[in-house]
Amino acid sequence: MVNKMQPETTGSAVRVDHLCVVRGGLAVVPDLSFAVPCGQVTGLLGPSGCGKTTLMRALVGVQKVRSGTVQVLGRPAGTPALRNRVGYLTQAPSVYPDLTVAENLGFFARVLRAPLAQTGEVLEQVDLADHAGSLVGRLSGGQRSRVSLAVALLGPPELLVLDEPTVGLDPVLRRDLWTLFHRLAASGTTLIVSSHVMDEALRCDRLLLMRSGRLVADNTPQALLDTTGAADIEGAFLSVIGSAGNGSQSEGVVA
Amino acid sequence: MSLRTTFAVARRVLTQLRRDHRTVAMLLVVPCVLLTLLWWMFDGEEAAFARFGPPLLALFPFIVMFLVTSVTTLRERSSGTLERLLTTPMGKGDLLAGYAVAFGGVAVVQAGLAVGLAVGPLGLDVNGQVWVLAVVAVLDAVLGCALGLLVSAFAETEFQAVQFMPAVVLPQVLLCGLFVPRDLMPDVLAAVSDALPLSYAVDAMQQVQRASGWTGDLSLDVAVVAGSALAALAVGTGTLRRRTA
Repeated sequence: MVNKMQPETTGSAVRVDHLCVVRGGLAVVPDLSFAVPCGQVTGLLGPSGCGKTTLMRALVGVQKVRSGTVQVLGRPAGTPALRNRVGYLTQAPSVYPDLTVAENLGFFARVLRAPLAQTGEVLEQVDLADHAGSLVGRLSGGQRSRVSLAVALLGPPELLVLDEPTVGLDPVLRRDLWTLFHRLAASGTTLIVSSHVMDEALRCDRLLLMRSGRLVADNTPQALLDTTGAADIEGAFLSVIGSAGNGSQSEGVVA
Repeated sequence: MSLRTTFAVARRVLTQLRRDHRTVAMLLVVPCVLLTLLWWMFDGEEAAFARFGPPLLALFPFIVMFLVTSVTTLRERSSGTLERLLTTPMGKGDLLAGYAVAFGGVAVVQAGLAVGLAVGPLGLDVNGQVWVLAVVAVLDAVLGCALGLLVSAFAETEFQAVQFMPAVVLPQVLLCGLFVPRDLMPDVLAAVSDALPLSYAVDAMQQVQRASGWTGDLSLDVAVVAGSALAALAVGTGTLRRRTA
């Protein structure tokens, strides 16, 4: 049921070919191939433990892979030339709790060789400008993950890989972030956003549905609804899994 | 290697440290308190204080920096910030060098305080140049840092990292010549002692105390301590992996 009608080489920000990742003797991602078009928001959806994080780590080049190729912006994932062109948001906020918001951004801006003036811009983008002087450790979980997101926006990167950026945020903030994602996409940034919340799927330009390390669908949300005849993405997901006939596979071990 | 990134890391580490008043106090005050305790314990026996004082000036920075660095870097590894940093253009060497610069700077202050206290109010008799004591103490602190960075690669939790203290540091303390002069040890242990960097640091301190000039032995000691610190930093850099399972 995997729809493989992507453009061949041009227009793809990411090309994954027969990617295989083995962790602890288990093929977490057995054989994955897909392409992600430039300048769009691609949603990576699937239940917790389906291999989303593993795949995202492969895209930014921090995941050991068994075989297959991962091309990012025309180069093998993780090559030095890509390191300030790709922004990565890990699921757990990876910022320093004992530094202030501004100090965190200043540090990462220096490391990324981004102009320090950008730190103010990215704070505006994640709506944290009022908290620049606060210690990250004193912020709420949602605020902390937005600081982490702000760091990922520094550069600015051409490809943003965001692992569950909207978890734990209130609906207004979630809507604002999705508006930001689309604004970034409109300016040419490619975004890959993972989520296990199916209702976020409709906000994406394209969807990759994953289950047990396999891709069960790769399409636009509307096409997915049309082909399955389901009322919502959750229904489409179930319908796709049903017709793929791989009923009860193990959930895998990764987060 | 990029100096800019190295200093960005050093500055960040020092900012974090500045927030942590308790650790700053531990780093700076505890060595002085322990030295004073030692001096008090010998209660005016100058010869005894002269024998144990200089080696301790080598031990404190080594042990304290080992502990602080192993836990701090482990925190970096487990919090996800290391993974994030390794996706940036930052070189692995830049990170470790940044840590070494930051903690080396702290070591300068620590060594200054401890040496100043020992030769000043506590009246430690030193024949050589006092500043050499401080230089050896700083090198020793950097060595402690480097080994701490290295072992943090083999610990999964802060709890495990602390356990490396008795495993890596205590044998060096026992065999460094503080309790039994190294040339009086059984051959096997003397050979082991010869292979441990802390032995040279302690020896350097004792040289400075005994001889007034800069001796060839002192040069050797300093070279071994500095070389070991660099080697441990290099191996520590090798333990940072951009790609993990």
